[in-house]
Amino acid sequence: MFETLSDRFERIFQGIRGRGKLNQADIDATLAEIRLALLEADVNLDVVESLTQRIRNRALGQELSKALNPSQQVVKIVLDELTVSLGGEAMKLTYASKPPTVVLLAGLQGSGKTTNAAKLAQWFKKQGRHPLLVGADLQRPAAVEQLRTLGEQIDVPVFSETSRPTKVAKKALKEAARTARDVVIVDTAGRLAIDQTLMAEIANISSAVNPHYTLLVVDAMTGQDAVTMARAFDQTLALDGVILTKLDGDARGGAALSVKEVVGKPIAFASTGEKIEDFDTFYPDRLASRILGMGDVETLIEKAEEAFEQEQAEKAAERLLEGTFTLEDFLEQMQQIKKMGPLGNLVGMMPGLPKEARNAELDDSHLARVEGIIRSMTPAERAQPDVINGSRRLRIANGSGVQPTEVKQLLDQFSQMRQMMKQFSGMGSKKFNPKARSKGKKGKQRRGGRVTHNDSARSTASNPAKGSAKPPKVPLALPGLEDRLRGF
Amino acid sequence: MFLTIIIAIAALIIIGFSAYFIVQARRIERGEELQLEESGSTTTPEPAVAAPSFRDRLGKTRAALSGYLGSVFGRGDINDETWQHLQDALIRADVGVGTSADIVATVRSKAAADGVTDKTELAGLVKTEIVSRLKGFDRSMSTAREDSATENGKTKPAVWLFVGVNGVGKTTTIGKLAHREASAGRSVVLAAGDTFRAAAVEQLSVWSERSGVEIVKGSSGADPSSVVFDAVEHAAARAVPLVMADTAGRLQTKTNLMEELRKVRRVAEKGAGTVTETLLVIDATTGQNALSQARQFGEAVDVSGVVLTKLDGSAKGGIVIAIHAELGVPVKFVGLGEGITDLVEFDPHEFVAALFE
Repeated sequence: MFETLSDRFERIFQGIRGRGKLNQADIDATLAEIRLALLEADVNLDVVESLTQRIRNRALGQELSKALNPSQQVVKIVLDELTVSLGGEAMKLTYASKPPTVVLLAGLQGSGKTTNAAKLAQWFKKQGRHPLLVGADLQRPAAVEQLRTLGEQIDVPVFSETSRPTKVAKKALKEAARTARDVVIVDTAGRLAIDQTLMAEIANISSAVNPHYTLLVVDAMTGQDAVTMARAFDQTLALDGVILTKLDGDARGGAALSVKEVVGKPIAFASTGEKIEDFDTFYPDRLASRILGMGDVETLIEKAEEAFEQEQAEKAAERLLEGTFTLEDFLEQMQQIKKMGPLGNLVGMMPGLPKEARNAELDDSHLARVEGIIRSMTPAERAQPDVINGSRRLRIANGSGVQPTEVKQLLDQFSQMRQMMKQFSGMGSKKFNPKARSKGKKGKQRRGGRVTHNDSARSTASNPAKGSAKPPKVPLALPGLEDRLRGF
Repeated sequence: MFLTIIIAIAALIIIGFSAYFIVQARRIERGEELQLEESGSTTTPEPAVAAPSFRDRLGKTRAALSGYLGSVFGRGDINDETWQHLQDALIRADVGVGTSADIVATVRSKAAADGVTDKTELAGLVKTEIVSRLKGFDRSMSTAREDSATENGKTKPAVWLFVGVNGVGKTTTIGKLAHREASAGRSVVLAAGDTFRAAAVEQLSVWSERSGVEIVKGSSGADPSSVVFDAVEHAAARAVPLVMADTAGRLQTKTNLMEELRKVRRVAEKGAGTVTETLLVIDATTGQNALSQARQFGEAVDVSGVVLTKLDGSAKGGIVIAIHAELGVPVKFVGLGEGITDLVEFDPHEFVAALFE
């Protein structure tokens, strides 16, 4: 993992705490870092240049906010700018007044068109529509079979025949009318943007079916070439939006920014896994922080919101910071966390975690092992791990099928963690109100966090409208949270 | 491991708790919105003319870059701008910021030492420098084993394992390589080890028919290791010296899937087989993430070579320079199209020429 951008900024800004404004030299130093971070994230060079220019203009002469330190402030500007660039107008899917609504998918080989055709069909199904999948990829061996298999899995009919792609697409419209399907999703063969023959072919398909939406399927791992590719597809097909795929890896996804800048159309969907359900509306703010290597706290928080019971989590956090957290609490929280998905993914989303933790091989069998050990303890042992002596340890080890040393390890780590958390809370600043204190920020008095906003915000606990990407959500919370988590 | 889990859980608890506050903090008003500016030119890519050689296939993408590189290698004297442009050109080819800066620094000091002031001379220096970074690697495909190829009269097949993330072209590459081996008169058994993706087995079957080689399949959702094992046994029984094993695409961050891959490699050697090549297939359009792929697949299954696919597009695949340097893993083949013969051996000179012509 690279040094995160905010770490670098922190260094740059060490000397300028007292000043009221960012000056030219500060800005230039940070812009160099921003440029590097963006290029490392595969944002196209031209896009990087225009972005850094815009960030410079915004940052120059900006009043320093009281609530944020200078580095946080610049991070916020950069994040805002990226979020705006990635977001903009959300794609509103409206349905044709005279069905079917036709969606055409295009993209390079291997970007994930076929898989995402099925995912999109599933999505439409969830919206109460009746999609028809059309296999117009007659190029790649077994592409149609792949679509048929996927269609079966989600119970959506697939239309195809061995003729020419244009013919298949045309016939599919009739088929849709005949079988009363109101959405038609046309999967096409992968093609290189510079392959004129195939680009002409897809132009023909497009004019044959006259799609309401033409979506470009883009691999999140794409490099500098994303711009060339997007431009060519946009010129041939007049794109309406983008599906970003393979976001579940560790690619920073800068290509999305490049494509967005070139095409100027929204990123409508993001595919975040191999399962058909791993497909969702796109959140610009999340990708923005990811491009900068800042973790994906928003997704994490959202998952936490779904999985955690607020009361319970609050109590657990309080006990954690007081140092009275028991193994029983730990077990309980573990159950909640399991609901949030694979632990490895969650850890990956956490900003500021030490490198070892990020790269550690974490799968859920490890969790099960820990769980097994704790479950082999008596309630008394869970509440007071100190009572566990050699013979108890052996019994627990036998009960959970591990070595006694592993039990010891777990207990040692657990008590270390308890100790650590207690220290954190001890250092907690008086500036925080009691609840905010439990968030465990290190004592150093940065003009930290969003403490100032808490009181006004708490009264309006309503969930921000999920899914509507209209005004991109502001990830203001990120720098502060990151600082806190770095403490671990 | 325990420490990580405990830290993770502690952090998650805090997050669960903080979520409440953070959600609200999002409501802070945002600054003014900025207009998106349409960036870039409107040049159409060059026409595609298919011709099955590395240089020719790559030639069609040259035009896109040449205009830009004119300012690097065109007429005139070398100045500060030249170096900036050179670095930019390398970055645009996905070489990466670090490697690009390194190349520029090396060339710059060489140019100073040799008294090079002319841009055309500079072009030579740059190419030589990059080629030298790609030289000295063994790009041959091994079927050799330390012991003899037979034991008790039974063939001990070599196994070539193909790995990579989703959609890079593993199956297509196997199809083409199988054809290459078969045309050279060597018999091959294909192992349809991608039992996850829908119709991947069918896709490989089509390729096996095209090149007339045998294929061993398992049922959909079967354990890939068992399919590969069966293929090896099948090959051994019929005295076929080579097995090419397909695997399902997987992102290098999926621990459990990488574990599965380790197992496939282990099991491939459980019977008569020996894995003599593990080829990581990388899509030339991939950016800096390719390095992470090479690193993590390398760690899991000891990658012996790279196949760089889709190099007939406008992407340059410059990240392989860093892969050579950092991981010592050479590119062995290059994919240049969807035809069965569109796979050629990697040549550093031609690769570099394509970067810069």
